Amino acid sequence: MESASALDAPVGATVPTVVSERLARKFSRNLKERAIEALLFLAAFVSVFTTAGIVYILVKESLVFFSHVPLWQFLTDTQWTPLFADAHYGISVLLSGTITSSAVALLVAIPLGTTIAIYLSEFASPRAREIAKPVLELLSGVPTIVYGYFALLFVTPLLQKLIPSLPGFNLLSAGIVMGIMIVPYVASISEDAMRAVPMALREGSFAMGATRLQTALKVVVPAAVSGIAAAYILGVSRAVGETMILAVAAGMQPNLTFNPLEPAATITAYIVQVALGDLPHGSVGYQTIFAAGLALLLLTLFFNLVGFWMRRRYREAY
Amino acid sequence: MLGSARPGAAGLTPDASPPPPLKAESRDLSFHYGNGFKALNAITMPVHEHRVTALIGPSGCGKSTFLRCFNRMHDLYPGNRYEGAIVLHPDNTNLLADDVDPIEVRMRVSMVFQKPNPFPKSIYENVAYGLRVRGVTNKNHLDDKVEESLRGAALWDEVKQRLNEVGSNLSGGQQQRLCIARALATDPEILLFDEPTSALDPIATASIEELISELKKRVTILIVTHNMQQAARVSDYTAYMYLGELIEFDRTDTIFFKPGRKETEDYITGRFG
Repeated sequence: MESASALDAPVGATVPTVVSERLARKFSRNLKERAIEALLFLAAFVSVFTTAGIVYILVKESLVFFSHVPLWQFLTDTQWTPLFADAHYGISVLLSGTITSSAVALLVAIPLGTTIAIYLSEFASPRAREIAKPVLELLSGVPTIVYGYFALLFVTPLLQKLIPSLPGFNLLSAGIVMGIMIVPYVASISEDAMRAVPMALREGSFAMGATRLQTALKVVVPAAVSGIAAAYILGVSRAVGETMILAVAAGMQPNLTFNPLEPAATITAYIVQVALGDLPHGSVGYQTIFAAGLALLLLTLFFNLVGFWMRRRYREAY
Repeated sequence: MLGSARPGAAGLTPDASPPPPLKAESRDLSFHYGNGFKALNAITMPVHEHRVTALIGPSGCGKSTFLRCFNRMHDLYPGNRYEGAIVLHPDNTNLLADDVDPIEVRMRVSMVFQKPNPFPKSIYENVAYGLRVRGVTNKNHLDDKVEESLRGAALWDEVKQRLNEVGSNLSGGQQQRLCIARALATDPEILLFDEPTSALDPIATASIEELISELKKRVTILIVTHNMQQAARVSDYTAYMYLGELIEFDRTDTIFFKPGRKETEDYITGRFG
């Protein structure tokens, strides 16, 4: 029809029809593009909005808490008994549990994760790597509640054979299992960092007569050191935020201790405990979980930022 | 162009004298990459002691592959296969034999790469690296060797005040000289250069070339270069390679002024490549 009218009508008459048709098509195309853009923006916005919402709630509710409990008391008190008549709110009690369990986890995850990363990056044949890496990543897919029961019902009895005085709930067993949980993160990020080391550097080392192990330890690891440090920091941040393993295996009683052989509550385990209990909303006891949550958020945010910054630094190095 | 300052071309010096003794020779050397590609075909070539031998030829002709056979660099990647032999004199060791440890080979044959690749360590530790991996711990010995090697690489005066600084803080030319010092520290018998100046500016290039001419007094040198003027300036012998074959090998002045093969002449005169 279009071509027919173009033949019949004088030239001057057809041009506007064609143009307006093109404009109409262009208009509808633009409209579609804009709609898609808006949709994509909305999807991105949801995650940003959620984060902002979380921070807003935490800060708002924490302010309520801090209007009842002065900040210095929160930071310096050595007891955490918000549910007792004689209430004390010393976050250091929960923090000690978090620090101790994370330290145990790192003592497991750092040597193991680094060794695995060195093996995968420098020694494993491509075939071995193809098999080992997915298996390793499978570890990070295990639900943490399963790890928790593994700690409570398998690792703790095992440890009790070595240390008979070990209580059924303890930070050591939870920390060890948490360490195993973090190994894939540490190994995977460290391996990425080591593989990013240019081949030219390895060749330079081999050309000097170095063995594989010497090349790995004296050249590749130092070259990837900021990436490896980032892996450790992100591991710390995972350990600090881990909840289930500790709630199940470490006991939930607040205990100001740095001894991994004792039971203790961490910040996360405490939040679970209160959130599950039947404390009336709005009571100071209930508000504590927001203050504890805020402290946790700040802690993990700090580690994530440091880790992010370090990763970026090593990316820029080459 | 830079060489016009020293037009004597190192290759002209040993003209009348009998050829110097052999340091190494490759005999019927063929090389296959892991993917099945045959990169070198039956190369037989002598390497004269205390002389600079240049390998020239168009990209992909196998000159770098050939060079990297001399320190068994190809062993680092699975599937690569050598045929034939590279015999190192005076002890007649076949570097490519299965029972020869590539690490032993690399202790005798050192290498400087295309792009300067200092390790993420101090200048001192970069130079001491080869000795450290050999288990040398004596501080005095290390100090002496580091100084001697840095002097040998004409870098000592520039870095003696800052031996503890990271090697990558140096300029490109300095980094390459640091890599040369690193290679010298272990007293190698042969030094391999794989296009050592292709990442450097003309001034740094000139200083490296001067250094190579100086170094041949103490070590036998093989150099791969893209730059024919460079081959003419620094080498005593030149090998022209094309498609994995050695087309012609002779004294550098012969190769450049009266080559025996038409293909060589075409490449030298720029009609090809």
